[in-house]
Amino acid sequence: MAPAITLAAEAPKLSSANTGFMLIASALVLIMTPGLAFFYGGMVRVKSTLNMLMMSFISMGIITILWTLYGFSLAFGTHNGLIGWNSDWFGLSHIGLTELWPGYTIPIFVFMVFQMMFAIITPALISGALADRVKFSAWCLFIALWATIVYVPVAHWVWGADGWAFKLGVIDFAGGTAVHINAGAAALGVILVIGKRVGFKKDPMRPHSLPLVMLGAGLLWFGWFGFNAGSWLGNDDGVGALMFVNTQVATGAAMLAWLAYEKIRHGAFTTLGAASGAVAGLVAITPSGGAVSPLGAIAVGAIAGVACAAAVGLKFRFGYDDSLDVVGVHMVGGIIGSLLIGFFATGKGQSTATGVFYGDHSWTQLWKQCAGVGAVLAYSLIVSAVLAFLLDKTIGMRVTEDEEVSGIDQAEHAESAYDFSGTGGGVIGSAAHSPALATATQTKKVDA
Amino acid sequence: MKLITAVVKPHRLDEIKEGLQAFGVHGLTVTEASGYGRQRGHTEVYRGAEYTVDLVPKIRIEVLAEDDDAEQLIDVIVKAARTGKIGDGKVWSLPVETAVRVRTGERGPDAL
Repeated sequence: MAPAITLAAEAPKLSSANTGFMLIASALVLIMTPGLAFFYGGMVRVKSTLNMLMMSFISMGIITILWTLYGFSLAFGTHNGLIGWNSDWFGLSHIGLTELWPGYTIPIFVFMVFQMMFAIITPALISGALADRVKFSAWCLFIALWATIVYVPVAHWVWGADGWAFKLGVIDFAGGTAVHINAGAAALGVILVIGKRVGFKKDPMRPHSLPLVMLGAGLLWFGWFGFNAGSWLGNDDGVGALMFVNTQVATGAAMLAWLAYEKIRHGAFTTLGAASGAVAGLVAITPSGGAVSPLGAIAVGAIAGVACAAAVGLKFRFGYDDSLDVVGVHMVGGIIGSLLIGFFATGKGQSTATGVFYGDHSWTQLWKQCAGVGAVLAYSLIVSAVLAFLLDKTIGMRVTEDEEVSGIDQAEHAESAYDFSGTGGGVIGSAAHSPALATATQTKKVDA
Repeated sequence: MKLITAVVKPHRLDEIKEGLQAFGVHGLTVTEASGYGRQRGHTEVYRGAEYTVDLVPKIRIEVLAEDDDAEQLIDVIVKAARTGKIGDGKVWSLPVETAVRVRTGERGPDAL
């Protein structure tokens, strides 16, 4: 994220070009959340498709409201290094239409809504680790609390004008620490508390629709240009454009690297591998893309592709059930992208800080990156685990074993994703031919 | 009469149909089926996790034939279905007590 204070001599004026670009970038970031829903939704079994979609989708409701009420004020107001505050922004009540984000050419409203989209997708990312087994009510409460006590402070640390990590010089262009490591570590914390799916490592839990996964990954890739290129908050000096290029380059490299790893290791170029590799690349370039060159982006992407492909197998080795590899892709990818800034930062983009391979070959930036990564990782992991523990002890985090086995969609949403009744398009037993049966079935579904 | 049932690889369907038509068979029933024989299933890989899929896709072809034609028909099907590779499938026949053409009510060999 771009710094909140600049040293420009003249006060910035509202730029309609930058404002228009940022509104589009905000919309692009929003589409990542339904994209994520499909990415995850395709990876679960038929019986939990809707729950997976809903766990992402609901974030667009809950986080939107709490971000409007107090999230933005706490994350981006100035107060101290740990948390922000600005009473004018509480409920967005005293923000002028043309009041600019300090040091920039876009209205505060635009910056606020752009950041809202980040706040929405981050908790949604966690849901992939919890597939099939978490009560929807508990999930809703969890993301509201998590966004408040984990996301908001971490966003302040990393991007707030007086955030401690920002002042230390930790580089996180668009959310490697605040979004990906944060969500990945939270996912790990929660699954260590709530435990494995019934049948983990015993029953086959294959993705039910890889085309949905590809659709979701494609939407994520598309939306990620808003996520990354938008994070410079304007386009007057080319850094946003560099970020756009690096996003594309790193993602391509990561996809190829993941596929190469799979071909060598498992003998096939899989569809899921292509989608996963692309996401791993997007994650890794998110923190680093403003600081590295396009060649550096290829290195970042390729390293992340191989490392994440290797990391997703760890769950089987260590026995934690990270259902859809949120830890393996987002946490590991985020760590790699953040730490590689310490090696590949050229000093010519977002910041003049250089990595080990450039400038005076100093290790200073790498240590700063380690501090940022370590702090977010530890804070998010511990607080998320405690939060999950408390929710589990009070309202209960998991559905019953019976409901989990028969399918969380029926138990929690009284719906099913697909109608497999009848053959040849549902001629046998379709509603048109047997209304009595259809009514009976509907009643049963609601009762279930 | 005999009911000849063949569970074979899906991509051999056209050859089998052509063989049966050349032999003079007027009708057949084809169903999508799945199963496994000696070769068992296959392995799929999702993010490095390997899943053994027992049931592989097959088609099930059913033909009614007169007793005298049954053996020859089985040979026709076997010849058309054979690829020489594992998983080519099986063909068997059963005695049939009666058959009726629904439209006309004809019975026995006339119904074929």
